[in-house]
Amino acid sequence: MDAPSFSSCFHCGLPVPGGAAYPIRYESETRPACCRGCQAVAQTIIDSGQGAYYTHRTALPATPQQAEAELAQLGLYDLPEIQESFVRVEAENVREAALILENIVCAACIWLNERHIAALPGVLSVEINYATRRARVRWDNGRIQLSAILKAVSDIGYIAHPFDPGRSDEIHARERNTAIKRLAIAGLGMMQVMMYALPTYTATDMTDEIRRLMSWASLVLTIPVVLYSAWPFFIGAWRDVKRRMLGMDVPVALGIGTAFAASVYSTFSGHGEVYYDSVTMFVFLLLTGRFLEMNARRRAGAAVEELVKLIPAVATQLPDWPARDEAQVPVARLAVGDHVLVRPGETLPADGVVVEGDSAVSEALLTGESLPVAKTRGARVVGGSLNQASPLIVKVEKLGADTRLAAIVRLLDRAQSEKPRIGQLADRAAAWFVGLLLVITALVGAVWYAIDPSRALWIVVSVLVVTCPCALGLATPTALTAGTGRLTRLGLLTTRGHALETLARATDLVLDKTGTLTLGRLSVRRIVTADGRDADAVRALAAALEAGSEHPIARALRQDRPQGECLAASSLRGLRQDRPQGERLAASSLRGLREGVATDIQARDLRNTPGQGIEGRIGEHRYRLGAPRFAAADASPPDADGDASWIALAEDGAVIAWFALADTPRPDAAAALAALKAQGLRLHLLSGDAEPAVRAAARQFGIDDWRAGALPEDKLAYVKALQGQGRIVAMVGDGINDAPVLAGAQVSIAMGEGADVAQAAADMVMLGSRFSTLAEGVALARKTQKIIRENLGWALGYNLVAIPAAALGYVTPWIAGIGMSASSLLVVLNALRLSDFKPAAPPPVGETPLAVPR
Amino acid sequence: MDILLLLIPVSLLVVGLIAWVLLWAARHGQFDDLEGPAHSVIMDDDRPPPAKPQDKDTSDA
Repeated sequence: MDAPSFSSCFHCGLPVPGGAAYPIRYESETRPACCRGCQAVAQTIIDSGQGAYYTHRTALPATPQQAEAELAQLGLYDLPEIQESFVRVEAENVREAALILENIVCAACIWLNERHIAALPGVLSVEINYATRRARVRWDNGRIQLSAILKAVSDIGYIAHPFDPGRSDEIHARERNTAIKRLAIAGLGMMQVMMYALPTYTATDMTDEIRRLMSWASLVLTIPVVLYSAWPFFIGAWRDVKRRMLGMDVPVALGIGTAFAASVYSTFSGHGEVYYDSVTMFVFLLLTGRFLEMNARRRAGAAVEELVKLIPAVATQLPDWPARDEAQVPVARLAVGDHVLVRPGETLPADGVVVEGDSAVSEALLTGESLPVAKTRGARVVGGSLNQASPLIVKVEKLGADTRLAAIVRLLDRAQSEKPRIGQLADRAAAWFVGLLLVITALVGAVWYAIDPSRALWIVVSVLVVTCPCALGLATPTALTAGTGRLTRLGLLTTRGHALETLARATDLVLDKTGTLTLGRLSVRRIVTADGRDADAVRALAAALEAGSEHPIARALRQDRPQGECLAASSLRGLRQDRPQGERLAASSLRGLREGVATDIQARDLRNTPGQGIEGRIGEHRYRLGAPRFAAADASPPDADGDASWIALAEDGAVIAWFALADTPRPDAAAALAALKAQGLRLHLLSGDAEPAVRAAARQFGIDDWRAGALPEDKLAYVKALQGQGRIVAMVGDGINDAPVLAGAQVSIAMGEGADVAQAAADMVMLGSRFSTLAEGVALARKTQKIIRENLGWALGYNLVAIPAAALGYVTPWIAGIGMSASSLLVVLNALRLSDFKPAAPPPVGETPLAVPR
Repeated sequence: MDILLLLIPVSLLVVGLIAWVLLWAARHGQFDDLEGPAHSVIMDDDRPPPAKPQDKDTSDA
């Protein structure tokens, strides 16, 4: 699948537009590329002797698109005051930095980057972690600069950002390391204790000496398992007890504790039974489940601290405003009242007010509004939004923690901290079961104490051992693990344990519009031409006029002109797997401008009227393209077309064509939503967009409840209101503005191509961007719930037999061992049935989600 | 059966040794990246040895 045919780009695999001529020489053959960017990257890779990348890769890379502005700024990373936050100085010239690599899709990317960076003269070592996509680079500052390293990475089509590894990374690394050590100790202990236990169950001619030696040896091995590996269970149980709740940790800790204490007593006193094998095995199985869950959660949540990337590291300050002298300063050094220059394609570093310039600013990531907002003198701008049209000079009003972006993050924090309370409702049934078990155990103990005090302890221990571990400890986690694994392969990554359970019980599905139901990109929906003009011809005229603009309308008009840029392809990519990020998209059209899309039509004397349109000459005629009033005084759009906005093209004052522009709907959304509706979910649409667009989308997708112009706070309030009616809300969203709602809903799903923060706030991430995975996910979640009920039913039935048997004193340790193993095995096998679960609706061919290695 | 009196303590020593090895490996980052190395071994990697391997942590890259 990774040997693209000759009609698709050799590098990125997207279709090559007809007539494009960007040949790549690879192993004495000539292969096509879709654009100059791909050609340059592929040639760099091949020429530096790393062409083997193309035979090893298992996934296709993103189309290379890095902001020219960003590239120009790389040099700033060499400044000592900017380096001080993320570069460690080892010796005089030896420095080390941590980098986040973007666009890594498969192991071959790691290989390619490692080789490419290591081959640079002056680079001392480079290490890339596949799981975290982080790189550590050490270099000799006397021989190479950091900017050269970053540039080298971007030459081969990836993007490297330096970052401050910070505390959270360190803490996580330590936690993970501890978990591995606990798991290793428990696994070793389990295996070896079983070696000692089996002979004592089976051998008939074992002397007491040997038997005692074996139990002493088992004790030695079990001590670290209980005191070190099982420690988190004791801590968790203690916390539960202090809060007067019965979580899963309580019976687990009680079972481990009692069985271990009784076994120790028996080992010392020489009479009674030992349960070391059950204890160690139980600890190991539970730790394994928790470790897997932790990894999955971390994978999607890693992005929280990367939120800062939204705010650029460096800003162009005008220290002597109104004089025009520029200075590059770290954003951290900006002060309120400073003037900064923000060029098109750059991100605003802080909240402020425009003092000079007319431009359009995209606030899509912050508000969800898909169209850029016109900003002129006196308008307020928000840090993190993207300047799209022309330079702006902004007076800084709010910085850092005072900005709107920071406020959204705080909202998110709060919603996230409220979540556990809701999630805990799900544990209530389990707590009830646990309580019942403890009562029974206590009763049995009391009765036996009255009958025969010397046996009471052993009976209680055998009741605890034979019942609680398998029945409760495994029934739910195994099913959840199997279900989660299957779900991941379907393209839905679960990041929090409760997500699957809650998704199965969800009654309402709340959807965001831009970026979720739609791709968040304008495209031409319809062209109406006047007096027999050819649609392609007017389109070419429009594209020529807009060739230099970054406005999304310009992009939409350019998109499928004959010599399509990578840009056209990038909307295809959105459907595939990756995350085309707004900023780079915008930047790529800069590239388009610079590379001059080969065309025979050229516009001259272009004049841009912000918020209105563009004017220019092509050949003999004057053209105006933009808002109807701007294009021609008497223009009126042909008809209303739902949420589409009409753009007029006028030739010498007479309108010759109308373009209906609308956000592109996600292709499989309608079918998926119909399936979800059939599954009994009530659908809601919440959007920051204006009413007509939202109403049209709601009608198109068959959604009855919708709300337009919703701010993050409104969305959260809407979801809270639904929850107040006792509904269980599942939320699907993609933007930073959705993050608080995602965190507030009982279960939430973020789009894989959406903002990192949204993913961090969500319980699940849709990897393939294939909307139908959602319907499959709900079906699978319900199936998982069924399996869990079966498992619990089995556990209950088993307990109904085992508890009386143990209570009557018929259960010896080996019977308890067999009972425990058999019941675990049955539960696990039942859960594994989920691994072959086939969703009712077969996924459409061709767009298989990337398998995520676990 | 008497040999067990020797073998059981020996097995304890062996387990202790393995545990020590595992903990050592965990401490030295052998488990930090569980996926990358599995892929990197199958790529023919004829790059020059790292310029100056000062730390042990470059050896498993």
